[in-house]
Amino acid sequence: MTTAALPTAHAPRARRRRGPKWLAPALFLAPGVFMFVVYVIAPIFESIWISFYDWDGLGPMTFIGAANYVELFDDEAFYTALENNVVWLLLYMLAVPGGLFVALFLNQTVFGIRLVKSLFFFPFVISQVVVGLVFAWFYDPSFGILAMIFEAFGMKPIAILADEDYVTYGIIAAGLWPQTAYCMILYLTGLNAISPDQIEAGRLDGAKGWRMLWHVVLPQLRPATFIAVVVTVIGALRSFDLVSIMTDGGPYGSSRVLAFYMYEQALSEYGYRMGYGAAIAVVLFAIMMVYISFFITRMISNERGGR
Amino acid sequence: MKFKTAGLLAAMATALGLATSAFAGTLVINTDMSDPAPKAAFEKVIEGFKAKHPDVEVKWNEFDHEGYKTSIRNFLTADPPDVAAWYAGNRMAPFVNAGLFEDVTDVWTANGLDEQLKSAASSMTIDGKKWGVPYTYYQWGIYYRVDIFEKNGIAVPKTWAELVAACAKLKEAGVQPIAIGSKALWPTGGWFDYMNLRVNGYEFHMDLTAGKVPYTDPKVKAVFDTWGELVKPGYFLENHAAYDWQEAVPFFVNGEAAMYLMGNFAVDLFLKGGLKPEQIGFMQFPEITPGIPMAEDAPTDTLHIPAGAKNKEDARKFLAYVASAEVQTEWNKTLGQLPVNSGATRPDDKFLSAGFEMLSKAYALAQFYDRDAPAEMAKAGMEGFQEFMVKPDNQDKILERLEKVRAKVYQ
Repeated sequence: MTTAALPTAHAPRARRRRGPKWLAPALFLAPGVFMFVVYVIAPIFESIWISFYDWDGLGPMTFIGAANYVELFDDEAFYTALENNVVWLLLYMLAVPGGLFVALFLNQTVFGIRLVKSLFFFPFVISQVVVGLVFAWFYDPSFGILAMIFEAFGMKPIAILADEDYVTYGIIAAGLWPQTAYCMILYLTGLNAISPDQIEAGRLDGAKGWRMLWHVVLPQLRPATFIAVVVTVIGALRSFDLVSIMTDGGPYGSSRVLAFYMYEQALSEYGYRMGYGAAIAVVLFAIMMVYISFFITRMISNERGGR
Repeated sequence: MKFKTAGLLAAMATALGLATSAFAGTLVINTDMSDPAPKAAFEKVIEGFKAKHPDVEVKWNEFDHEGYKTSIRNFLTADPPDVAAWYAGNRMAPFVNAGLFEDVTDVWTANGLDEQLKSAASSMTIDGKKWGVPYTYYQWGIYYRVDIFEKNGIAVPKTWAELVAACAKLKEAGVQPIAIGSKALWPTGGWFDYMNLRVNGYEFHMDLTAGKVPYTDPKVKAVFDTWGELVKPGYFLENHAAYDWQEAVPFFVNGEAAMYLMGNFAVDLFLKGGLKPEQIGFMQFPEITPGIPMAEDAPTDTLHIPAGAKNKEDARKFLAYVASAEVQTEWNKTLGQLPVNSGATRPDDKFLSAGFEMLSKAYALAQFYDRDAPAEMAKAGMEGFQEFMVKPDNQDKILERLEKVRAKVYQ
């Protein structure tokens, strides 16, 4: 810290004599690198290490090799969770076009539009737990609004959250509500930055409606789209809170996702299989890794291209 | 996840903070009595203990009931209190086996508890040693709506055939026969316990929860076949997987459902929901296989001394104090449950009297599925029971899955 503060205290010429060129950046990076190593890198390897053990978190650890993985690949619940994760990833993407649509709709100058925009953004501001509770009531088969709508049409209400076929879709719908709002705000800021010249030029060339959107507006929204996709993928993969609040993985485990299954095996009331939980975490990490590497290569190539 | 972890950390921080400020002569007690009645009852117990031992400073850390189940693992290893609340049976086995609970056999012998707490002795014993002191227990059974039964001319069922007939009659009258909310899974464990206890008996049930019998055994299949006689015609509350047990209570209170298999703690909610005591009846779970001695579910709540406790001397005094007949009488009066000490007077309450009478005649007492079976088996088992109660046709698939889990859990 003291070394880092030195350059400001001395004349610029003295700086060069103070030590090798790499020292200052290294020192500035050190706190960040330290945190990253301790809280991100080390836990990754620790998880991988634990996943080879049978451990209840209290007693001694027994090395069991790949037995946790062997068990995992023979575990129906794991495949249910994996399948649900895929469904989550695919359907959660609806938040991106949904957010774009709302943003385009709200991107106009009328009286009170700021208030309307904030109202649309509201679901993202409230906690996921509240979203989960609100939707759980919405779906409630005896007093929920959905049940009332079904009854108004003379149909028997479906208990969405108690039906193994609908439950995941029901939770995703709840998750899309705040996620769409998030994407919307990203696109709204993106739309602000659109250059009016290009719109004007496009209009002179006779572009209208869809063609204008597709060829003129969307390309300029690419950075916003990229971020929207990124946050949505992350949102889908860490979809833990809604599952926990709305169904607790039920009915009979049919709405589990990998993150929730890991929590259940490692930390919940009936769990405490740290090794097995870690093995699930490693698989989830491997899946995320595919996406993360894509993200990183793309970021690097973008940065290089921009230079 | 975020808020759960935060709560956990806060709880740990509290435990640590309070413990570090402790000095000799301080007794730190961690409990999960967050509900109003248990909390008030335990406050009184502490008052009484302080009056008797004025030299001991008592620090009581109270945890949220559900959160406690996770917190206990952290504080037992990180910073153990001097007394901790927990449950009897297999539920305490992980802590006993990990050497986290103190052997308190001496407290039992010194205070004559072997005699006074005899009914709970076996559920407190592992490897021939006692690992804690029980302070309360309660009965399980079927609570039913007396008025609805009368209106439909139904007598209290004594046998399985009568129960099934009663259900059919209720269903015809437009009443859901049996209320249940299976979202939290454990209410299904109560049904399985009773089905197995009545179809196959106590010994078989204990063998099964101890992992000695495969789930694919014909006797287990018989349990599900019989259970199916209630599931398949739709005698259980529709959409029960969407409700917690409390959320299923309104159906019972509003008269949309007529029976509810539950522990005695549910009565409080029935009464708060607006039912009068005379509208609620209590019946023993009816006989299924004739001649099999009737065993019951009666979960016991307990207090333990963690192995790493700093003030074990006062902790032993406290355990001896709560085991005594007078304290258990007072405590359970506020708690509305049954005292374990045979010398204690039980509260004057019709449900508790009925329960006590039933339990005193019981052939044997089981704790509960999730306390008798190890955690991993219990979780998979209760999930299977819930699936069966929604999709009874999956029976064989469920049992095969449970057998796979059993083979793995009890190696």
